[in-house]
Amino acid sequence: MKRRDFIKLPGLAALGVAGGGLLSGCQSRPLPGSGEVTVTPTVCEICFWKCAGWVHAENGEPWKITGNAEDLHSGGRLCTRGSGGLGAYADRDRLRQPMLRVEEKGRQRFKPVSWEEALSFIAERMEQIGERHGRDRLALLSHGSGGGQFKRLLNAFGSHIFAQPSYAQCRGPRQVAFALTYGEDVGSPDRTDMANARCIALIGSHIGENLHNGQVQTLSEAIARDATLITVDPRFSVAAGKSRYWLPIGPGTDIALLLAWMHVLINEDLYDHRFVEQHTLGFEQLREHVQSFNPEWAWLETGLEPERIRATAHELGRHAPASLVHPGRHTTWYGDDTQRERAIAIVNALLGNWGQQGGFYRPEKVELPAYPAPKPAKPASDWKAAIQADHPLAPKGISHKVIEACIGDQAQVKGLFVYATNLPMTIPGIADKLNRAADDLELMVVVDTLPMEVTGYADVILPECSYLERHDDLRNSPEREPSLALRQPAFEPLHQSKPAWWMAKQLAERLGLGEYFPWQDYTEVLDWQLQQVGSSLEEMERIGVKTFPRKTGLYFSADDPPSFRTASGKVELYSQLLADYGYDPLPRYTPPQQPGEGYYRMLYGRAPAHTFGRTTNNPVLFELMPENHLWLHPITAADHGLKSGDYARMKNRVGVRGNPIRVRVTERVSPRDLFLAHGFGHKAGGLRLTDGVGGDDGEMMDNIKIDPITGSTGMRATFVTLEKA
Amino acid sequence: MSHYAMVIDTRLCIGCGDCVVACKSENRTPTGLNRDWVVEQTRGRYPDLTTEFRSERCNHCSHATCVLCCPTGASHHWQGSNIVLVDADRCTGCKACIAACPYDARYITPEGYIDKCTFCHHRVAKGLDPACVATCPTHCMHFGDLDQASSRVAELLGKRDYKTLLSGTGNRPNVYYLT
Ligand code: SF4
Repeated sequence: MKRRDFIKLPGLAALGVAGGGLLSGCQSRPLPGSGEVTVTPTVCEICFWKCAGWVHAENGEPWKITGNAEDLHSGGRLCTRGSGGLGAYADRDRLRQPMLRVEEKGRQRFKPVSWEEALSFIAERMEQIGERHGRDRLALLSHGSGGGQFKRLLNAFGSHIFAQPSYAQCRGPRQVAFALTYGEDVGSPDRTDMANARCIALIGSHIGENLHNGQVQTLSEAIARDATLITVDPRFSVAAGKSRYWLPIGPGTDIALLLAWMHVLINEDLYDHRFVEQHTLGFEQLREHVQSFNPEWAWLETGLEPERIRATAHELGRHAPASLVHPGRHTTWYGDDTQRERAIAIVNALLGNWGQQGGFYRPEKVELPAYPAPKPAKPASDWKAAIQADHPLAPKGISHKVIEACIGDQAQVKGLFVYATNLPMTIPGIADKLNRAADDLELMVVVDTLPMEVTGYADVILPECSYLERHDDLRNSPEREPSLALRQPAFEPLHQSKPAWWMAKQLAERLGLGEYFPWQDYTEVLDWQLQQVGSSLEEMERIGVKTFPRKTGLYFSADDPPSFRTASGKVELYSQLLADYGYDPLPRYTPPQQPGEGYYRMLYGRAPAHTFGRTTNNPVLFELMPENHLWLHPITAADHGLKSGDYARMKNRVGVRGNPIRVRVTERVSPRDLFLAHGFGHKAGGLRLTDGVGGDDGEMMDNIKIDPITGSTGMRATFVTLEKA
Repeated sequence: MSHYAMVIDTRLCIGCGDCVVACKSENRTPTGLNRDWVVEQTRGRYPDLTTEFRSERCNHCSHATCVLCCPTGASHHWQGSNIVLVDADRCTGCKACIAACPYDARYITPEGYIDKCTFCHHRVAKGLDPACVATCPTHCMHFGDLDQASSRVAELLGKRDYKTLLSGTGNRPNVYYLT
């Protein structure tokens, strides 16, 4: 019957046309892909996951971006943001030409200038700073593929002060905790072998809302294979909705839960004896340490029932070593973050999952020689001792410390380069310091594709072209299989924008440092490097991604045991290094500060449509998610007379009132918390789609909890109240 | 003749909207209009909750009310399959189909004709999956011919529980949600 119905239809259609000759139809558009299609290999820069893909153009017009099937980062599938990458090229608000701050009749403004004028200005100021204060007094704050070019430039000049907010505002605690425990970091892409895990615990990590492609795909694979998923989150995150166990924990009490898990694993003998005996140090101290932290104790702290704590510990233990507690990525929460990450590292050690299938795999990258060029001399001074001596164990530059070091007559930093990182929306509570820094700096250069908040502080703005119009270094990130990926320009740079490699080389030449950049075009570097590993630029232009054989096993085995680059050569459950520096050698739980009467804890996170504030003006992604919402529990909403769709403002304890933000009333957040996605509430003035739209969590943060070990900024002790907007 | 179906695993869908973005760029859908969209449905009270995400679109109904009501024959089933297309050359923009579609899947383009999801028949003709299916990072979407017993879609419907939307309308929708 069904078949007959629609077989008849073409006949009906013909009748329709015959009978309706006077009705005017519309001209249809040609079918997609019916014209002349060209494809160019790219590496996505919409986030740091750096998936490889193909840029498709039809009849010379941008069409779409798809994943490269050979690419392990993406499995041939770009995420929401990567699929919307053409919007980064098409954004009509892009920076168009170099600009210089000028003063006319007492008023400052940015004046469009030629590249020659902008570059000469910067080179002269750099020389001036070198003569007046020393050549080691420039700093670089950076996030993104082209940052290495400016790092090379400043190093060649004699300055080494360098920081990325991805350390102190994001991954720092995880990096330091894993280095302290295992002697190495988790790395990026995260080396979690989730696709093969039988049990996965996420601690506040909302994979699925943060769309790190490989993480989403492997977690999804685990769910499809019925792995046990445990999500620990005060909010009913997307991952919580996929979990066998959702533990709606009291915010900031994760360490109590982790200690209780250790207690159960040890006292019920569920830990990996072989791994603990062969590879770890300090088990006896740990056993003693956790004796009083039973699930009943943790119940009072976390609000989680003891049976649930035991059941989840049993699940973790039962599936070990194909069982892992995910280290998370954005980990700067409460100021005791390194201790929480240490606790995560220790639970994993008890599960014996290091280098094991379903635990943490062994990533490998390609041994890619650097292009022959002179190496910049070693730093003349110990800049870390000068600007961040209070965090001696911090292995990386601390971004807010670098900004603090720009303030005052005696400031260490006299010239600042900011590459593709929008500091005011990235570092909490930095606005005031940034103002003072900008007053005192003798040079501030901002390199970006868009007019962000940070560009407003610059002396000189250099417009970079989007990732779809430039070459960058080959992608060579540690993965399950070593691979290289090429980013090839798909389009000519719009306006007067230029790639980072060109800007850095031009500056170097003006500073007499041209020898450090001995190439005319960056393709020479890429081709030379590729030739050294048996490929070529020509080959990579065709295939985009090349995978190389592994030199080691993906997992450790009895014949191929792990080694650890800690002082003891063991996994340090008890950290002597922490003890030596006066920190807790075993993770200690500190109850979190509570909001107090009338206040809510502001929780923030990611939305799958955006990479922080970098994409909210991207026309494609803007259309998918034009604004963020403030999630309120129905009780909270009723207390304030708010309903979904209304606008409200947050107000923090020192009186800062946020932008109006649209309310979403939902049971997915508890009555004690609020939630919003980060990246909205731009005020730059030049972002026509997103300026003034949505709320900015960053500007509400008045109670930053600095982690004494890493120096990173804990951002989840922000307490706000609500007003109708 | 083929019986094309989309099978979407709600256990895996995270509501990320990649299907929406991939569709928009593949089909150059005008700003402000969408051929597919994501629905989130949360049930229960904190902390006893479930959330279901669904990527929704035209159901390419076997018994398509939009096709039946189209006065010009612009809405038709493609090559005798269940894929419902609109022939813009024949469409007068009368909107009868918009009223007849139980799924609100259709919109009027700035040029004045009606448009909607095509199951990417231009890709299907080349043996490719629709753009949304091909990009989904969770692999929750599947596409294929239900009449082929060996197809992944037939296999999934054979072994998993599923539902369709507004199954009572008699339209015989062909987008299935695994539950
Ligand atoms: S995860 Fe998404 S945004 Fe990040 S690099 Fe991959 S495709 Fe691009």
